[in-house]
Amino acid sequence: MSDSREDPRLGPNGRPVRLFVMPETISGKLRVWRYIILRRITQLSVLLLFFGTVHWGWSIAQRPLLSGDLSASELLGVVPLADPFAVLQIFLTRHVVEPKVLIGAGIILAVYAFLGGRTWCAWMCPINMVTDLAAWLRRRVGINDVFHLSRNIRYIVLMLALVLSALVGVAAFEWISPISMFHRELIFGIGLGWTAVLGVFLLDLFILRNGWCGHLCPLGAFYAQAGRVAQVRVSFDKRTCTHCGECAKVCPEPQVLNLHQAADAGMVASGECSNCGRCVPICPENSLAFDWRWHIRAGQHQKSQDRESEPPERRAA
Amino acid sequence: MQARQGATRRAAATGCLTAAGVNGMGKASASRREFLGKVAQGAALAATGGLVWAYLLQQQARATPFAIRPPGARYEPDFHAKCIKCGQCVDACPYDTLRLASVGEPLPIGTPYFIPRDVPCYMCPDIPCKNACPTGALDPALEDINDSKMGLAVIDIENCLSWQGLRCEICYRECPLTNKAITVEHHPRKISKHAMFVPIVHSGHCTGCGICENACPTQEAAIRVVQPNLVQGRIGDHYRLGWTVDTPITQDFKPAEQTSGDSSTSRALDYLNEDGL
Repeated sequence: MSDSREDPRLGPNGRPVRLFVMPETISGKLRVWRYIILRRITQLSVLLLFFGTVHWGWSIAQRPLLSGDLSASELLGVVPLADPFAVLQIFLTRHVVEPKVLIGAGIILAVYAFLGGRTWCAWMCPINMVTDLAAWLRRRVGINDVFHLSRNIRYIVLMLALVLSALVGVAAFEWISPISMFHRELIFGIGLGWTAVLGVFLLDLFILRNGWCGHLCPLGAFYAQAGRVAQVRVSFDKRTCTHCGECAKVCPEPQVLNLHQAADAGMVASGECSNCGRCVPICPENSLAFDWRWHIRAGQHQKSQDRESEPPERRAA
Repeated sequence: MQARQGATRRAAATGCLTAAGVNGMGKASASRREFLGKVAQGAALAATGGLVWAYLLQQQARATPFAIRPPGARYEPDFHAKCIKCGQCVDACPYDTLRLASVGEPLPIGTPYFIPRDVPCYMCPDIPCKNACPTGALDPALEDINDSKMGLAVIDIENCLSWQGLRCEICYRECPLTNKAITVEHHPRKISKHAMFVPIVHSGHCTGCGICENACPTQEAAIRVVQPNLVQGRIGDHYRLGWTVDTPITQDFKPAEQTSGDSSTSRALDYLNEDGL
């Protein structure tokens, strides 16, 4: 890549380390921002589809286009969709739900298990726009964390949501979720839900970097588990990587960019990766790219076979 | 054991432990101590957070007696559990009757309700809101909208025009279950020859649609829909209205079967004329 500045260090692969430089041209900038732009388009257009259906009666062949909100919805009056985590919580309150919502939850779970569980977080969740804004401002202004918090707290919150649903008898996270408050009030009418959203924004801006999405959100934790089998992954090429660290600087979940693990797997394997695509255009060596898991696997297998078939003297060298 | 290994692995992954398979007792017990400390911290955090969280949930769940729910809504605690807050009932309602409770309203966040004085339920025969509900929080078994129980209309007879002696009866005429949910009775009046025509609500038929409340001409509605359990009493099993036709005489109250010819009916009736009394 020509858009880079030289660094005196050498990478572990012997190449000189180059750092990322934002291109001067508009088209270059757009190339770097392409995934952010695509993500904003998906996030906003889904909200717009919901809004248009309820307020402007958007429909195709007299069938409502997309009725409901991100908790549960129906596409064209036929395809049910539902938040699998919300349905799981309702299930734990020991209430039998209708098959419609079970099918909907199954569809959504299957889609995100395929696309990468937390793809939901980066590409669909409206709170992501708020926390991305907070993260951007925080980088611009240079604000430090007030305290350190383990990113595994979210799994405790996830367990709590499930246990409390069973104990109290209501879907525990759905009743306090700032995510649901945000999209529900954007779609059905503004109340005081923005206060919760503001809380998330301030947490992320002043108190803890990626505080909500990266530390607390149980829905993200749920999708991180679903994403263990994800087929869309960021592949990693260790031959070109110089460990310059530019990817980890922009990554909202930097622990997933453990380059030793990534080198072994040939990809960012962790379910906590949200496929946001920030790292892909920013890598000066183009070592990171979206790819299919099976494709990456096949490549890895091929490489290991190549190594074995190499003559021993060359391997020693 | 498996859980412990998992936790150790996690701790190692986050850099809290230096190595999972450490050599030597000292290191092992130190890492065990650290591990137990982490477990205790996690448990304490979960317990504290859980208490606050549970408190919030219960506060919200209690704050609901004034919610008038869409037709087919289940008993409130079951409704709370099942409603996924998706708003598809709101989408489906052709009259924009339903709304979702937003934060700050004294109702559980995101649940559907309506305010009859603003827009009542016009009782669509095909019940589109119930059909749209994906979870069954609105009971799919409700087939006839006239069987729904959204609430119960109650009349404030101190402020009802008809009960004051004016001719109003608007609620009676607007009621979709004419002569069933609301009937009009003639009451004699002391000060003139004209009778009063007073509306009476019958809970067995009232669906709580709120069309009466919406139509009531008084400044504040004198007929209002409320959740029935807030205003309805219950006679209970201790009293029996023996004169009503539909109250069958139970086995317990039947006179004892006559077994001996000694106590005949005529003797039993005659005892009033005997000496003792």
